[in-house]
Amino acid sequence: MDILYKIFLDPFVQMGAAPDLLVQTLWDGLVAGVLYALIALGFVLIFKASGVFNFAQGIMVVFAALTLVGLYEHGVPAFLALVLTIAVMYGLAFAVERVVLRPLINQPDIILFMATFGLTYFLIGLGELVFGGDPKVMISDQLLLPRGAYEIKMFGGFVQLQKIDIAAAVIASVMVLALGVFFQKTRIGRALRAVADSHKAALSVGISLEYIWVVVWFAAGIVALATGIMWGARSNVSFALEIIALKALPVLILGGFTSIPGAIVGGVIIGVGEKIGEFYWGPLLGSGIESWLAYVIALIFLLFRPQGLFGERIIERI
Amino acid sequence: MFYREAGQFKTSYAADQALFPILQDRIGIGVILAIAFIVIPVFGDAFLLNAVMIPFLIFSLAAIGLNILIGYTGLLSLGTGGFMGVGAYACYKLTTIFPDVNVLVWVIASGFFSAGVGLVFGLPSLRIKGFYLAVATLAAQFFLSWCFIRVPWLYNYNVSGAIEVPLRALFGVPVTGATATPLTRYLIVLTIVVLMTLAASNLVRGRIGRMFMAVRDMDIAAELVGIRLLPTKLLAFAVSSFYCGVAGAMMVFLWYGGAEADVFNVNQSFFVLFMVIIGGLGSLLGSYLGAALIFILPILLRIIPPKFGLSIHAATVEHLSFMIVGALIIFFLIVEPAGLARLWQLAKQKLRVWPFPY
Repeated sequence: MDILYKIFLDPFVQMGAAPDLLVQTLWDGLVAGVLYALIALGFVLIFKASGVFNFAQGIMVVFAALTLVGLYEHGVPAFLALVLTIAVMYGLAFAVERVVLRPLINQPDIILFMATFGLTYFLIGLGELVFGGDPKVMISDQLLLPRGAYEIKMFGGFVQLQKIDIAAAVIASVMVLALGVFFQKTRIGRALRAVADSHKAALSVGISLEYIWVVVWFAAGIVALATGIMWGARSNVSFALEIIALKALPVLILGGFTSIPGAIVGGVIIGVGEKIGEFYWGPLLGSGIESWLAYVIALIFLLFRPQGLFGERIIERI
Repeated sequence: MFYREAGQFKTSYAADQALFPILQDRIGIGVILAIAFIVIPVFGDAFLLNAVMIPFLIFSLAAIGLNILIGYTGLLSLGTGGFMGVGAYACYKLTTIFPDVNVLVWVIASGFFSAGVGLVFGLPSLRIKGFYLAVATLAAQFFLSWCFIRVPWLYNYNVSGAIEVPLRALFGVPVTGATATPLTRYLIVLTIVVLMTLAASNLVRGRIGRMFMAVRDMDIAAELVGIRLLPTKLLAFAVSSFYCGVAGAMMVFLWYGGAEADVFNVNQSFFVLFMVIIGGLGSLLGSYLGAALIFILPILLRIIPPKFGLSIHAATVEHLSFMIVGALIIFFLIVEPAGLARLWQLAKQKLRVWPFPY
């Protein structure tokens, strides 16, 4: 009886007793979720346009952030470093298309997946070789990112909102909106959607696959850079971020591989669920359940919707 | 010329169904086994046995396990590290609870625990497919790693949180623990791996293996021809986890001699997955080739530069070897997406028609 009470009742009693803590936890979850969603967004972009499950997205985040900070440390002004990093991401996209994707065209998905694994190893080695393996501090002040926190009085307590988190949420929303407009309204966006629907049909109406892939990987690189700046501003820029990137995978399957809104909604569900679970139910199991809770949440959703919440319906023909 | 089946007539069903119907194959296998069982133990030094051969064989076994799941049944799994850990921890618990039973019995028995855990985490595979399943198996991986840290019962409440392999002897010869010689451990690992490979090759060419392959090629069609999907997929998970579990138990008991939870993290899963993909999906030979390439390559990268008088900073070597391994993975995928096992197929064809080009 006692254990049932602890599982099913006690957490809710706690929530009711300290609503300010609940709001704080929800907010933390929301912010974590937005950042997971940003990583997932990079995955979705590439998966939509090329069907490649890009495992390297996580390391691209680290690589972009490292390049930015590394350039700044070598005396390049902050905003010039930003522009140069964008150029580097373009170079990366171009190289990936030329060296990895083009020779592997028309191969099974798992082979392409493995190739992005190779890319991950390569980028880890390259990043550490060029910039060293030590954690670096993100140049958030130089990039005019806000610092400090708002404290809001609520339910007889305080809720602390970090300004950088608000900025992250705003940037994420702007980016999603911009991507939405880009996909729906522009010429390249339409071409992207055509490629996502069918490679062959897109080729036959004169869309260049090579060009589209460079564009998508570049867009994913920009998303990675934004994610890297935001994560870096909250903690440090280090290769530990790569583990966090794995957290984007449950977000991805929850939202569906092909849906941009799905990535956002999935991110928020996972982020909030994880923080609430850790805070209220974690002590029952011994702490640290954050490391697997996200996957279990995603698994439960998948059992009911195998294609994710917003994924396209899977139709199988014999 | 060198590899020609012509003239080798099969006059009975037994000959037709033999594991190696061709004479050259039988000779080849015999030579390889002779090298493994006689030449290497006689001429190999402790470094070769301990740092190359034992881990290579253990990883080959894990790769075979994963290959049964991915290559033969088409179920993508990223939980290998977790299942290997289950085997290691089960073996540790069993041998500390029942110290008098032969430890090798427990090494094999721990596979069954791993298989049981694999069954549970294989359940979602009926509804979830492809990459979705891969991410779902990550749940198993992270949950199990968490258990290895947070459930102190598993490591007997050790302060360090690590498991230490106790000393166990077989017929008076120490086989695990600090005093066991590399040679003893090598021979034990080799025997287990050879026997389990034999079992696997018989499994995959029999009825069960054909069921697996039917499910891989298209599960709905397999269901229509009368293969029950749930038992088949669960069986694949169980067999695969069994192999991984035994590999994990051997890894701790016959190689490391002690381990922390960190050994069985997600990187271990990826590592074994590399071996399977590079070696060749759906090929037992490929599992060995993949394990050899992925495991031995970084060792070579560490050994070769000093031989040429190049003294590179240790950290730089580490980073460079990361880059080179990454680049080589991409390179191998581009030149031979079907894996190294396919290269052997091509080589056989060349040998068959030599000296003519075709």
